[in-house]
Amino acid sequence: MENVLSFLTANKDAIFIIVLSVFLGFEVISNVPSVLHTPLMSGANAISGVIIIGGIILVGHASTTFEWILGSLALFMATLNVAGGFVVTDRMLEMFKKKKK
Amino acid sequence: MNTMILLNTIMPGQVVLEYSYLLSAIMFVIGLKLQSHPETARKGNFWAASGMILPMITTLLLNKDVAGEGISLTNAAVVILIIAAGSVVGAIMARKVKMTAMPQMVSFFNATGGAASATVALIEFNKDPNNAVLVTLLGLVVGSIAFSGSMIAYGKLDGKVGDIFAKFMTYLNLFFMIVIVALILLVLFGGFDVATSKYIVYGLLVLSLVYGVSFVMPIGGADMPVVISLLNSLTGIAAAMAGFIYQNEAMILGGILVGAAGTILTIQMCRAMNRSLINVIVGAFGGGGASAVDVQGSIKEISLSDAAVLMSYSQKIVIIPGYGLAVAQAQHIAHELDSLLEGKGVEVKYAIHPVAGRMPGHMNVLLAEADVPYEKLVEMDDINPDMSNVDVAIVVGANDVVNPAAYDDPGSPIYGMPIIDAHLAKNIIIMKRGMGKGYAGIENFLFFNDKTRMLFGDAKSSISKLVSEIKSM
Repeated sequence: MENVLSFLTANKDAIFIIVLSVFLGFEVISNVPSVLHTPLMSGANAISGVIIIGGIILVGHASTTFEWILGSLALFMATLNVAGGFVVTDRMLEMFKKKKK
Repeated sequence: MNTMILLNTIMPGQVVLEYSYLLSAIMFVIGLKLQSHPETARKGNFWAASGMILPMITTLLLNKDVAGEGISLTNAAVVILIIAAGSVVGAIMARKVKMTAMPQMVSFFNATGGAASATVALIEFNKDPNNAVLVTLLGLVVGSIAFSGSMIAYGKLDGKVGDIFAKFMTYLNLFFMIVIVALILLVLFGGFDVATSKYIVYGLLVLSLVYGVSFVMPIGGADMPVVISLLNSLTGIAAAMAGFIYQNEAMILGGILVGAAGTILTIQMCRAMNRSLINVIVGAFGGGGASAVDVQGSIKEISLSDAAVLMSYSQKIVIIPGYGLAVAQAQHIAHELDSLLEGKGVEVKYAIHPVAGRMPGHMNVLLAEADVPYEKLVEMDDINPDMSNVDVAIVVGANDVVNPAAYDDPGSPIYGMPIIDAHLAKNIIIMKRGMGKGYAGIENFLFFNDKTRMLFGDAKSSISKLVSEIKSM
């Protein structure tokens, strides 16, 4: 019980951010025409590559072999997610440009 | 540097860094918002991408570890090198992939994101096993599940992995879930020494990877979009958990946004198929319930020349495309057909069911790639009221999304699913390879309708024969 209470107090700001972001996410996404569902899913997927920041911090301060190897791996994969995700989304959306007649 | 000094001094660099994260989070929100409208969607993607690049730069320049040390030049060089390599590889993959294979590609990128989160969590746990244990473990578990699950989804969509459906999988998955939760609680409250905790955490990692596989394995091909969307939201949550380890607002907000967005998208997809999320995960679809209504009528075929005449002298035609059209790569030739008919004064529209294709909106992407103008694509709810004025409804490679059993047969598994009202059109032409049933394995009443004529054969060759038939008229 004490554990739970201290956790709730110590992480108050974080919990506020989570709860409000969830509502923000719901509000931003609802009422999207189904035409855009696939590009949107892909775009959101690219944003989930934000773990790349964690990768930069890790490799940026890596000192042991364990950290170097796994950190580099994490950073590389996160970069794939980010770069691939945004490019693939852009490719999809490029096609929705109104064609000139 | 002395920690005491650090606590008492406010360094401008840190302030800039923190606020760059806030700015990045705002850019993510604006990006997602803009991506919700067709005209601004591309701009939205640029916003989101810029919102990613900004914190990458500020982190590299301004991040300091707990001892107050910045990122050294050597380390920074390695970071830049890896990012450059990853960007090139990722961009090439994204450029090369065929539009029909888009769902697999998204699934693959999702897998790499999940793996990155899990790896970051693993390293952080090794660094300091007592720091932010709960979020570290959650990041590890959720990231691992997202990784292995997405890889299986990728394999399935690519046709490399088959389905394993057995009743015991449901119980097995439930068992895995309970054990994972139990292990997390054990590490948190068990009071083990660091060495023991590490072994439990490695066990947790393996178990999560296995669970990701066994979770996606029994889910059928038709439900794959729902699963990818769900896994996508898991990756977001994993990234947010990792964000908590670093108290990094950009990661937390970005991750949670994706988690929420993915959840909403998942729910919308389920709704379009009239299924609950539980139903998809447990996989109750396979059997196909006992139908209460007997199919009456017979199958009638139509010849190419008759079909060509019928189409040429119609006023209004609606093409209803399904995944069969994409598999046959018939979208370009379909566009040729519709331009040809437009030239003859026929009004041609495409009716898009929300779950046509392999992902919602996938069909729109495929048709857009074939240069079909955006204005010609009409969504289900907009076309249905007009369906009775349509002279010919052409169903290409679609099945369940036009099955009137959704209205008539309470015993049918798709009862209640919204469909495109092809049966209201004056004539219906169905292009199909053979008499096989759709994904759901349900008899389609539409095929036996008096107004329906079947045109058997591969969608691409059927349509190209139609095109030359109409041209020669």
